[in-house]
Amino acid sequence: MLKIDNLSATVADKPILKGLSLTVNAGEIHAIMGPNGAGKSTLGYTLGGRPGYEVTGGSVDFDGQDLLALEPHERAAAGLFLGFQYPVEIPGVSNLQFLREALNAQRKVHGLEPLSGAAFIKLAKEQAALLRFDMDMLKRPVNVGFSGGEKKRAEMVQMGILAPKLAILDETDSGLDIDALRICGEGINAIMRKPDKAVLLITHYQRLLDYVKPDFVHVLAGGRIVKSGGADLALELEEHGYEAVAA
Amino acid sequence: MASLALPTRKDEAYRYADLAALAPLWPITSQMIHVSAGQSDALAITALSHGAEVRDIAITLEDGASFDLRVLNAGGAYGRISVTATLGKGASFHFGAAQLGGGAQTLEIVTEVRHLEPDAVSRQTVRSVLGGTATGTYLGKVHVARGAVGTDGVQSIRAMLLERTATANARPELEIYADDVKCAHGCAVGELDPQGLFYLQSRGLPPAEAKKLMLHAFIAEAFVGAPEGEALTEAALAALEGLL
Repeated sequence: MLKIDNLSATVADKPILKGLSLTVNAGEIHAIMGPNGAGKSTLGYTLGGRPGYEVTGGSVDFDGQDLLALEPHERAAAGLFLGFQYPVEIPGVSNLQFLREALNAQRKVHGLEPLSGAAFIKLAKEQAALLRFDMDMLKRPVNVGFSGGEKKRAEMVQMGILAPKLAILDETDSGLDIDALRICGEGINAIMRKPDKAVLLITHYQRLLDYVKPDFVHVLAGGRIVKSGGADLALELEEHGYEAVAA
Repeated sequence: MASLALPTRKDEAYRYADLAALAPLWPITSQMIHVSAGQSDALAITALSHGAEVRDIAITLEDGASFDLRVLNAGGAYGRISVTATLGKGASFHFGAAQLGGGAQTLEIVTEVRHLEPDAVSRQTVRSVLGGTATGTYLGKVHVARGAVGTDGVQSIRAMLLERTATANARPELEIYADDVKCAHGCAVGELDPQGLFYLQSRGLPPAEAKKLMLHAFIAEAFVGAPEGEALTEAALAALEGLL
């Protein structure tokens, strides 16, 4: 589904990713762990197409398409979802209006009719219920006044509504209390744990992986993957630290 | 009230005006609005004509009267709306305006709100969206007379530049001669938040749609609570289409 080959990227002319390679197949969940400044968030933003993240080398194939040649909204329509570490507040724009327009923009790319208001509300209600998210909060402006945990749960509701093929989730566990962590973890499993979908979980800690069991764990350090293994690699990292394990 | 001589640049209220466009329309006849004690009224103005459009409105609110004035200033080469509101005791004046300009348009809103008696409330919200080499100006004076205690006046002025070649002028002014008053003004000129734009795009909205959604929200702030708020917002959105 996703094949990253020797990817290099700079932010403000500073090299961050230095020849990163990674393959994610359908049906797999990969966790990327690593110390601060390793390039974890840069990987997410580069794959999402955020302005300012400049690709200087390598390639990314997403389901047969050259991902790096697509605009951010085209990447979304192709089935990519980027979960933000810090979801952005957008005053005055309601979640429901925004998500309906976004979903219908994606459907248009695939030659589908726009979803009617009633059908959209039904879908939004189902997905909100899955994340135990208050429907009234979806009527409020995007992320404005939401707590850290509410923002992350709102992101998972967005993911449920947009139903991507591949989710890249950047520190979805940060800012979550224990209950919210479990709810988000269960949400990720319910929405994305399917044979035709895949997840790239970017995280500092093992705790989210207790709920979303990864098939593969990779250590990102110095802008490239320095070690890969199974789920037990995360436990090893937790116990011994990045330096000892990835050295 | 208009005087007979054409104003010059030295006249503060006309400093940014398009005097050449103003000349053939001069002198401007003021539209007089009077609201009797305890009564309330509202007016929505949409200035969308193609040529120059200049309006002057003089509002007098008696004790306890209230008035809601909304303006969509998005017309032709030159659009100027000037408002003078004189507030009696406990009167309430609500003003909301959106200015949408592109090309070489000159748009301006000039207000003077005069709190002459105690306990009157005034609220002004102006949102400008400017592209091309357009100029959008807000000059707003809140005057609080001696003895007008308990005055509550707020000016919230914001402008969004779609291109760096556009110009926004904003000058909220307070002139206070009374104690125990509450007056606030906020003023900001900026561009659309690039992080917000990327966030919307990352969910599948094309750049133009993402911009429109954010600008829609920005403009709508000028029409919140207006009797004709939705119709005004719709008209503003239609005008916005021409700028993007």
